[in-house]
Amino acid sequence: MKSEITIKSVRCKGCGICVAFCPKKVLGINLLGKVQVVDSEACIACGQCELRCPDYAIFVDKKVEL
Amino acid sequence: MLERSYEKYFRQNRLPHLWCPGCGNGTAMKSIVQAIETKNLDQDKTIIVSGIGCSSRASGYMNFDTLHTAHGRAIPFATGIKLANPELNVVVITGDGDCTAIGGNHFIHGARRNVDLTVIMFNNHIYGMTGGQASPMTPLHKKATTAPYGTVDRPFDACHLAEAAGATYVARSTAFHVKHLSDMIAAGFDNKGFSFIEAVVQCPTAFGRKNKMGDAPDMMKWMRDTAVMKAAWDKLPEDKREGKFPIGLFYQADFLEYTTAYQEVIDVAGGAK
Amino acid sequence: MSEARLIQGNEACAQGALAAGVRFFGGYPITPSTEIAETMAQKLPGLGGKFIQMEDEIASMGVVLGAVLAGQKALTATSGPGFSLKQELIGFAACAEIPIVIVNVQRVGPSTGQPTSPAQGDVMQARWGTHGDHPMIALSPWTVREAYDATILAVNYSERFRTPVILLMDEIVGHLREKVVLPELKDIEIYPRRVPKITRAEGYEPYRPDEDMVPNVADFGQGYHIHVTGLIHDETGFPSGSPKVTEDAIRRMHEKIMHVQDEITHFEEFFMEDAQYAVVAYGGTARTAYEAVRTAREHGLKVGMVRLMTIWPFADKIIKKTAKQVKAILVPELNYGQLVGEVERAAGGSARVKLLAKYNTEIFTPQELVEAIENLCAGVDE
Repeated sequence: MKSEITIKSVRCKGCGICVAFCPKKVLGINLLGKVQVVDSEACIACGQCELRCPDYAIFVDKKVEL
Repeated sequence: MLERSYEKYFRQNRLPHLWCPGCGNGTAMKSIVQAIETKNLDQDKTIIVSGIGCSSRASGYMNFDTLHTAHGRAIPFATGIKLANPELNVVVITGDGDCTAIGGNHFIHGARRNVDLTVIMFNNHIYGMTGGQASPMTPLHKKATTAPYGTVDRPFDACHLAEAAGATYVARSTAFHVKHLSDMIAAGFDNKGFSFIEAVVQCPTAFGRKNKMGDAPDMMKWMRDTAVMKAAWDKLPEDKREGKFPIGLFYQADFLEYTTAYQEVIDVAGGAK
Repeated sequence: MSEARLIQGNEACAQGALAAGVRFFGGYPITPSTEIAETMAQKLPGLGGKFIQMEDEIASMGVVLGAVLAGQKALTATSGPGFSLKQELIGFAACAEIPIVIVNVQRVGPSTGQPTSPAQGDVMQARWGTHGDHPMIALSPWTVREAYDATILAVNYSERFRTPVILLMDEIVGHLREKVVLPELKDIEIYPRRVPKITRAEGYEPYRPDEDMVPNVADFGQGYHIHVTGLIHDETGFPSGSPKVTEDAIRRMHEKIMHVQDEITHFEEFFMEDAQYAVVAYGGTARTAYEAVRTAREHGLKVGMVRLMTIWPFADKIIKKTAKQVKAILVPELNYGQLVGEVERAAGGSARVKLLAKYNTEIFTPQELVEAIENLCAGVDE
């Protein structure tokens, strides 16, 4: 896993922008209508989701290998 | 996770904001605070002024002195703030209806005076707050609740209008081009004069749905596919421009800024301290 | 005392504003108030102040409110058509509690009406011109000197109560030239801008009322990061849809002024000691009324006069007292009948209330009023 994805669920409105613009299909919308990580291993930490989220609900940090 | 540095510019206890799922206003608001951070504007000396409508609810979420004025009136209030205390940075957030319909006169006269304001107009092409009525920027033939057969009113090009009226910085970007939008706003802060930035934003609820433009991601893809950078636009033959629109810096000029000009009046009248 | 000068009512108003600390004026040209703007344009920059001519009446209301929020004392002036346009942001000032003085030099309406002729037709508009429930303070001077004093008072009240105050002039007083002696600046009492008493860290809330029910809203740029809105808001300044917040906010808006109603109700009584009849008048009309009452007294009629300077809130108490004393009250007004309704209400049937309305561009003559007083005393219209 190259990244650490943080979701502030209280801010998420489930619009699906992050899901649509993720190039690696890392994200999905759960039954409660909020974003969730469905394939964390696939994440390349490109940050498209964070960049486009209109609700400041998702954050991606590159994982620093120790 | 590392807390994002721009979060300090939001009133944390006011979030999440009231905008609909997928609304581009949130993206535009973030672009503004990132531009404020880039230009290192003093948070205590930066005033956010807005009008009425979806766009104008932004002021309530931003951690500055903020002023949510009446419909269309943000620019006169902002002019008063700037002229009364020129050391303040005054940022106006408005919408296409607020700015070009009910506030149209204030918009062109603000530009004419070249007051040092940075005006960011969130253009969602519709009156969102009231449920989807046509605005002066609803594109021709698009549908709205007050234009059920498609609007026959010719829309404004607010950037052309700003330039013609005397603005000294005019740019456009979109909620898809997030970094570019923030850069356009930041450069507007650098301009000492009336700066106008049109931020095209998606309104999936009141505009997109009615015009079969799909959901929020679809509308963002529409921006991605139809917005053309200024340099490329200029080379684009007329027949290839159909259905597309330019983004980027359109106009920049040097002209004496209003509060500076008025300080000269004070000096002549002998009122300088 | 400074020396005597011959000045116009509108100029006295502008001078009063400057004396009260007004350093910002935004306006739009309109007869018969334009001399106020012209005087301010001339004088303000020399005092380090700012004058701006805006694109319309609404914008000139907006620009002064912005200047006030940024820390300046400000004023705007207009007449009927402009007063109509300004109502939107007068309401904003009431709701957001922004101190501002709006001068309305009344002319004949409705609409463009008779632009250069006097009237008192905006009395009710001053009270009820903007939508919703809100209090209003309106002062109506009757002399050039009082135009100066009333402007200072209006600025002070606006700052003290953080509310819009209307200086309800009329074309008579606005364009009248009189010899006046203005007071020394050092003798003028100025109500300073209210400031926060605690810091943000100590839990400052911009719309939390002080002991006098008025909030100490911080000026912009002081680091308080306040939010100002025309939506109904709670003490934090942020909008709230709560019925209780709404009710509390509207009630406080009224009570912050009404609990000191007596103190801000300014009036004068003339020849009332033994009066059996009274004239209630205000503004330019009171000048004629005073002359007529004096003449009527010379004719042996026991008539007195109550001259109202505070129009809103209405002077219920003195009218009630007068009505109990006299048999009948004459209310001359340059309109079809406006304040007379308030006089009637306050009189509560204790005295007969008779309107003398005039709305033909001409002011009352003393003779007209003497005749009306004679008829009143003779009970001609009973």
